[in-house]
Amino acid sequence: MNGILPLRLEGVSYAAGGRTLIERTSLTLEAGASTIVLGANGAGKSVLMRLMHGLLAPSSGRVAWQTEGPRRRQAMVFQRPVMLRRSALANVLYALDAAGVPAAQQLRLAREALEEVGLAHVAGRPARVLSGGEQQRLALARAWALHPEVLFLDEPTASLDPGATREIEAVIKAFDVSGTKIVMSTHSLGQARRLGDEILFLHQGRLAERAPVEDFFKRPASAEAAAFIKGELPWI
Amino acid sequence: MDLRRFLLAAALAAATSTWAQDRFIVVSSTTSTENSGLFRHILPIVKQQTGVDVRVVAQGTGQALDMGKRGDCDVVFVHNKAAELKMVEAGWFVNRHDVMYNDFVIVGPKSDPAKVAGSKDVVAAFRKIRGAQAPFASRGDKSGTHAAELRLWKMAGIEPKGGWYREVGSGMGATLNTASGMNAYALADRGTWLSFKNRGELAIAVQGDQRLFNQYGVMLVNPAKHAHVKKDAGQAFIDWLVSPEGQAAIAAHKIGGEQLFFPNASR
Amino acid sequence: MGAEGVFADPRLWSIVGLSLAVSLSAVVLASLAGLPLGAALAVGRFPGREAVIVLLNALMGLPPVVVGLAIYLLLSRAGPLGELGLLFTPQAMVIAQTVLVLPIIAALARQAVEDAWREYEEQLRSLGVDGLRGALTVLWDIRFSLLTAVLAGLGRASAEVGAVMIVGGNIDGVTRVMTTTIALETSKGDLPLALGLGAVLICIVLALNAGAHLVKLAAERRYG
Repeated sequence: MNGILPLRLEGVSYAAGGRTLIERTSLTLEAGASTIVLGANGAGKSVLMRLMHGLLAPSSGRVAWQTEGPRRRQAMVFQRPVMLRRSALANVLYALDAAGVPAAQQLRLAREALEEVGLAHVAGRPARVLSGGEQQRLALARAWALHPEVLFLDEPTASLDPGATREIEAVIKAFDVSGTKIVMSTHSLGQARRLGDEILFLHQGRLAERAPVEDFFKRPASAEAAAFIKGELPWI
Repeated sequence: MDLRRFLLAAALAAATSTWAQDRFIVVSSTTSTENSGLFRHILPIVKQQTGVDVRVVAQGTGQALDMGKRGDCDVVFVHNKAAELKMVEAGWFVNRHDVMYNDFVIVGPKSDPAKVAGSKDVVAAFRKIRGAQAPFASRGDKSGTHAAELRLWKMAGIEPKGGWYREVGSGMGATLNTASGMNAYALADRGTWLSFKNRGELAIAVQGDQRLFNQYGVMLVNPAKHAHVKKDAGQAFIDWLVSPEGQAAIAAHKIGGEQLFFPNASR
Repeated sequence: MGAEGVFADPRLWSIVGLSLAVSLSAVVLASLAGLPLGAALAVGRFPGREAVIVLLNALMGLPPVVVGLAIYLLLSRAGPLGELGLLFTPQAMVIAQTVLVLPIIAALARQAVEDAWREYEEQLRSLGVDGLRGALTVLWDIRFSLLTAVLAGLGRASAEVGAVMIVGGNIDGVTRVMTTTIALETSKGDLPLALGLGAVLICIVLALNAGAHLVKLAAERRYG
């Protein structure tokens, strides 16, 4: 099948308001492993995610997918979910419609997605009255309904309580297992360890280190990574 | 909710427009005639006897004549004979007839600073008002009443100017409101005065002078100038006004038992 | 006819009915055109956009009597649309009020959509929704906030007298509405009657506003 991966960033940088937020970066994302973009607040994780997803245009360099027109084949979940003033089901249908899915298939795909994240029982409820955790699961369902090859998640549990966080992580894990490439940013070391196969560590807009998850935590190659791991959690 | 409102409005519009399929004409007339209640009185009779629906747009005589010139109405019914005849000569109107007359009066504050109350000489009164610099409210709006007022000043040999002379630029009622508020003198047609309710300190000061005689005329907008003019229905209205039935109806219109207009169409 | 007697007069209620029909029709038409226009302006980017926004905001203050005059000149027999014979009809009044109210609704919608767009933009673009489709999605999503814009337009339409007086001619039984009746009765010196009619007008507008507010509250409770 003509997949959109691997994704290549070639000399990509991003500057705004006179500041360089991402320095010239080149990397390749392959299918399979779930990638965690890790770093402190302000390291540039969100900017890098948006550059990869296509919400931001790079100031220099290029972002190249394997095949053209990756719109339908990748999706993104943000830290705060934005739902339309309609039912949960209608929100998923909207995304399917926007992606050009034939009308005959929309309802089935939407219901399956809600089932997948455990929200089938609130399909008819207005999305905005759902709890924060439920809305984030709905955002996942909305992204999942399109069966994307790549799912970007920008700090998806940063605004949630531990219970909701666990639910979201379970869903992400299920998507990972079913073959979707996960690219997720987080500043939580624990979450990175639970969900990631490899780590992209960002420090002040620069890709400081890239390593498989266990190697990164046991033997961080860069000084910045070591400092980050130490400073974040004493009980590592 | 929007859809229901829209349907209601559409239904109302449809209703008013189907009702308007009957013969109707637009007559431009003056605020003095409208305010006197004459049309409320005679138009139902017109409809009954001729089948014509008359829609009256009331404004100042100057505007009414302009409207006829532009072709925005079918018939004009105003009170400035000199101007009417001039426009007939210029070809804008045809079939002009005298219809009725009423008179003007000068109203003023009961305190009467210019000492003109009870006089029958309007020109002398105007001179006295000017002499005393008593406040005077003028319509200042190119109306028939305004034209009559200016004619009287001219007769008195006065060019009205100064702090005492206030040009209101409004219809008769608005001018009377202002006069009442300022305790000023004003020239008004008797019809508007009789139905005016906000008199304050004002009362009739001068009346009965022949020069206060106010002639009303009706005429058809010239179909040669404006092909769309409803000349049959318009002519039917004009014919009715000068007919014995029309003239009787005009005479029958009273306010507080007083007749306002005196029919004088020539046979 | 005394001030008390007039409330029993069926003519009063047909005047009220006409006022509502004219103003509500104008608001509906102005909303149909103005809401999408405001939304498109909020989301679109093109050279001169700021100037258009300033112009639209300024047009909110269009004097009704000037609008009336302009429409009169258009519809007059001496004007370009004279053939339609619309002058001195309720239709002309609806046209004039639509023109008057359109900038208000469009400008307020523009502001509302622009504010909301900040919240929705990223998510919608991520879903591949952009441009006009995105603007309309946001417009529908904030529909209850837009009630304020629509009510502002309704307030303006039902309150004005300049435009409907000039293009309608205040014809008894045909184009006479509440505001022109109040103007007429004032000019006849019948101030108590004029005040009474004014009170009726204010009560009606108040009732419409209250109704809309209740709808908004109910919807917010239901949809979040």
